[in-house]
Amino acid sequence: MEPIFHVDRLNFGYTHTPVLQGITADFAPSEFVALVGPNGAGKSTFLKVLAGLLRGYKGSVEFYGQPVAELSSRDLARRMAFVPQETHMVFPFTVKDIVMMGRLPHRTALFDTRRDAERAQEAMELTDTAGLSKKVFSELSGGERQRAVLASALAQDPEVLLLDEPTVYLDLKHQIQFYDILERLNAERQMTIVSVTHDVNLAARYAHRMIAIRGGLFVADGSPEDVLTPQHLYEIFEITAAVFKRPDGRGNYIIPTA
Amino acid sequence: MGPCALLCLVVLLITPWIGSTPVTWRNVIAGVSPDREIFLIARLPRILFGAIAGGALAVAGVLFQAILRNSLATPFTLGISTGSSFGAVVAIWLGLGTVVLGVPFVSLAAFVGAFLTILLVFFIARTRNALPTFTLLLAGVTLNFVFGALIMFIHFAANFTQGYMMTRWTMGSLDTADMNAVMRTAPFVIACLIALIWISGQFNPLAGGEEWAASRGVDVRRLKRTSYFIGSILTGAITAFTGPIGFVDLIVPHAIRLVAGPDHRILIPASFFLGSAFLVLCDTAARTIFAPTEIPVGVITALIGGPFFIVLLRRKRGELW
Repeated sequence: MEPIFHVDRLNFGYTHTPVLQGITADFAPSEFVALVGPNGAGKSTFLKVLAGLLRGYKGSVEFYGQPVAELSSRDLARRMAFVPQETHMVFPFTVKDIVMMGRLPHRTALFDTRRDAERAQEAMELTDTAGLSKKVFSELSGGERQRAVLASALAQDPEVLLLDEPTVYLDLKHQIQFYDILERLNAERQMTIVSVTHDVNLAARYAHRMIAIRGGLFVADGSPEDVLTPQHLYEIFEITAAVFKRPDGRGNYIIPTA
Repeated sequence: MGPCALLCLVVLLITPWIGSTPVTWRNVIAGVSPDREIFLIARLPRILFGAIAGGALAVAGVLFQAILRNSLATPFTLGISTGSSFGAVVAIWLGLGTVVLGVPFVSLAAFVGAFLTILLVFFIARTRNALPTFTLLLAGVTLNFVFGALIMFIHFAANFTQGYMMTRWTMGSLDTADMNAVMRTAPFVIACLIALIWISGQFNPLAGGEEWAASRGVDVRRLKRTSYFIGSILTGAITAFTGPIGFVDLIVPHAIRLVAGPDHRILIPASFFLGSAFLVLCDTAARTIFAPTEIPVGVITALIGGPFFIVLLRRKRGELW
């Protein structure tokens, strides 16, 4: 099967200091991938290169065989969506407005069509935000905001969802709720999901593939069971940790001991 | 948007009949002097120009607030108004009272001043592949101070008559507006308005940040540059004829956002119409309150706008930034 993303010897730096140092990898359609690694490892940077948000890279990044840097923002936005850690809106847009922004890459008319309205409604129902549609975004709680942002991303009707620590500011309940939605999208709609996270336990529970980044390189890539070993945890995160099997059989979890 | 367009229309139909000298429509149609002249030469062009100027300034305000992601941003913030005043003040100082290509030289100098400021701010703020908002604001504020100081210096060095003209110019007024000014600005302003409405949907996701907009398919760099230049030139073209008129660009978009929400597809056209109506009403007040003496319209907009804005600041502080 043709990979969704084909990354070959990817190098990138914001300044002269390199952040990504020669990453090579393929991502297949309908994968659920978690990117883990210490702060400053290059996880978010890598994700933004995939999303076409950082374009001055060296090496090649192809989306279905086409270099990402050669695709317009609009072309990319019709097929992939990006969810940041946090979103601040400067004007009092409502949740409905935010979700409708996701229809922008598909819209050819000035105002929303019926199809736009249907897609937005569907996205809000999937993320349980339909009841919030008239609320002002900036007045929502963190969990509600992140679900509204996810609804906006889903309104783009994407094949790929790229998420940058989407649950970092959410409480436990909302973290699980958020990842449950991602799991459903992956299982029911074969949506490809690549999510950056610091929570390796959450990642191990939901993702099928885990990639550890350190120093701008992929240092481990495989199933969460393969990646989360005491040896890896020591090398990647510089922690000593015990690894256990989850009682429900869904992967492993770790407990840092030092 | 509908109510704003209607309000604008009503204002345009009523205000030409208001003024220090009573005018009847019978006399105007019959061509009786001086009613006909007062209506067609003194009032109508001024009101039409007021409508174009108010609309253009309000739309420029919307643009700068959108691209700088700050609802307090105005053309003044970026130094454009002060740069334009500087151009005008230099022209007055040098005594260049001539008319070039049908445009008073002072206006031309004001436009050149505005345009050079735009370029200066742009090149100070620009980096290799971005236009960072914060640097843009700082560059604008700094140039405001520099031009402000230069204006004071020239004012100090100028003679009494020139000094008076400079003061009058920097107060902002519509009293020099004639049909020539209308014809020179209207096509350009209307073309800009149509182009901006066409792309208006792209301004919405910019409220969530540049990355947010880019991931929704907006070519952020191009949008920012286009809007920056359109907004600047709109302001420059109007200010060239009127001098700086404050607060229209700040209050009007705010009022629309409060009532109709922040969707730019509505905000841009509605701001144009409300800005037109607002400035024409202020100017009608300016030319009638102390009739037959006129006061500069900039005084009225500031006197209405200042308190209005303070109320907004106190009430909705959370939403402003």
